[in-house]
Amino acid sequence: MLEKHAKLERNSIWLLIFTVIAVSIGGIIEIVPLFRMETTVEPVKGVRPYTPLELMGQQIYIREGCNTCHSQQIRPLRDEQQRYGHYSLAAESMYDHPFVWGSKRTGPDLARVGGKYSDEWHVAHLKNPRAVVPESIMPSYAFLADRPYGDWRIKRRLQTLAGLGVPYTKEMISEAANDYEAQANPDPIIDPTGLLERYGEKVAVRDFDGNPDEITEMDALIAYLQKLGTDVDFTTYNPDYVIKKQAKPAEKSK
Amino acid sequence: MINDHEKRKEIDETSGVETTGHEWDGLKELNNPAPRWWLIVWLVTIVWAVGYWIVYPAWPTLTGHTKGIMGWTQYDKLKREEAQITQRQSVWLTKFRASDFDQIKADPGLYEFARAGGEVVFKENCAACHGSGGEGRKGYPNLNDDDWLFGGTVEDIYHTIKVGSRSSHPDTHQTLMPAFGRGGMLTAEQVDDVATYLVNMRAGTGNDAFTRGQAVFEQNCVSCHGAGGAGNRQMGAPRLNDSIWLYGGDKASIVQTITNGRAGVMPTWEGRLSDDSRRQVAIYVHSLGEGE
Repeated sequence: MLEKHAKLERNSIWLLIFTVIAVSIGGIIEIVPLFRMETTVEPVKGVRPYTPLELMGQQIYIREGCNTCHSQQIRPLRDEQQRYGHYSLAAESMYDHPFVWGSKRTGPDLARVGGKYSDEWHVAHLKNPRAVVPESIMPSYAFLADRPYGDWRIKRRLQTLAGLGVPYTKEMISEAANDYEAQANPDPIIDPTGLLERYGEKVAVRDFDGNPDEITEMDALIAYLQKLGTDVDFTTYNPDYVIKKQAKPAEKSK
Repeated sequence: MINDHEKRKEIDETSGVETTGHEWDGLKELNNPAPRWWLIVWLVTIVWAVGYWIVYPAWPTLTGHTKGIMGWTQYDKLKREEAQITQRQSVWLTKFRASDFDQIKADPGLYEFARAGGEVVFKENCAACHGSGGEGRKGYPNLNDDDWLFGGTVEDIYHTIKVGSRSSHPDTHQTLMPAFGRGGMLTAEQVDDVATYLVNMRAGTGNDAFTRGQAVFEQNCVSCHGAGGAGNRQMGAPRLNDSIWLYGGDKASIVQTITNGRAGVMPTWEGRLSDDSRRQVAIYVHSLGEGE
């Protein structure tokens, strides 16, 4: 056996082939079950795709690297639940491409920051974090309020995400630019009825940044933050029910 | 080609150990075996891993993953730990849940339990806006004084925490200060006059602007802020004849407030905080300014 190994070590092509095979075994075992998403992401009621404005907020979140200091993943540990709320469910980030779970908490976890603070607080905090949290070391993002809606190619982004499996309908895609503006409740107002029909009544239609004359990146980012972790109603959510429901189709396949 | 180095096994003279036959600029590698203790630890870890696979959830399968013979899940662990802490708190918690605010206040031990719990909840959830000592800041009320927008009894505070102000809660405090200037209800001169009146209100007398402002105030503002600016808690309209100003009491700030209106938002905490936590934090906030 060892002698054969020595033979392998002396032939670079064979070594390469067997290395690839050995590494693939580990990879396949880890990755293949994930192709069957229904085994890893349990369906949970209430989770919806991001609206165009929230989606652009997520793009800004990623662009500014918020995920390097803020995680978006509450682990099922008692002290984390005490501080941040119910542990994160896989379904809650199933429409994130890429996901922004993060791995480091210089700042607090943001998975359930939606609805925790007012829009005004977010504006004040993003402009000057020390104004509301004296011990904060977060940089200022005041410039977001001065950067208006640009060429975001919103439609194309929704199309791309639809291709990745996010259930954006044709109508959502064709109305994307309009929905983007309607959610920020600008002056003059744009009718948000269509937006609410497409994405649900829970969508917050507000002037997020306190400046109704202009839709800025601040609007988008705050719309995104205020949505985080608010999809699932945990007064009715029951994890045991989900597990039972998931077990049924498996029995059938036997 | 096979094992050409084994054909000519080389023993290092100094150490008496066989070499691997690899040579770099005259330096040769000794073929020492790994230390015995290291080998044993390595073998033990392999045995351990097999045991782990049997006992705990480990391998992914096509329909989920292996569950392990103990049926351990991190969710059960969480449930156990929460039950444990509830059990430990139950010394006070059972009594706390069964008592109303007056009974809690009458029992020093229970009151201290509620206050301590409320303080923790306050620091994590409320301090970001109201300050870590409840001192407030522009736009966010000071909770240490005895000036209350929606009432300062424990019940009032509990209710406000539950529903919030202009929040998504169906029963939230809805009233807001309209944008009298921006909305065209008052001219810029009238706004300026009212501001002059308000700044000099407590002094009592003033110039023409003061008199004009007083007239505008009585026509437009008293329905919410009360005669003489006494305030109205039903409306959440602040008292204006004191020196406590939520958005600043200088004339420029007051002009801003009247022109653009104010509608500060406090989120609803129903759903985010448990009823126990909301009652505790209500008691804590009530204790800050000695409440009402």
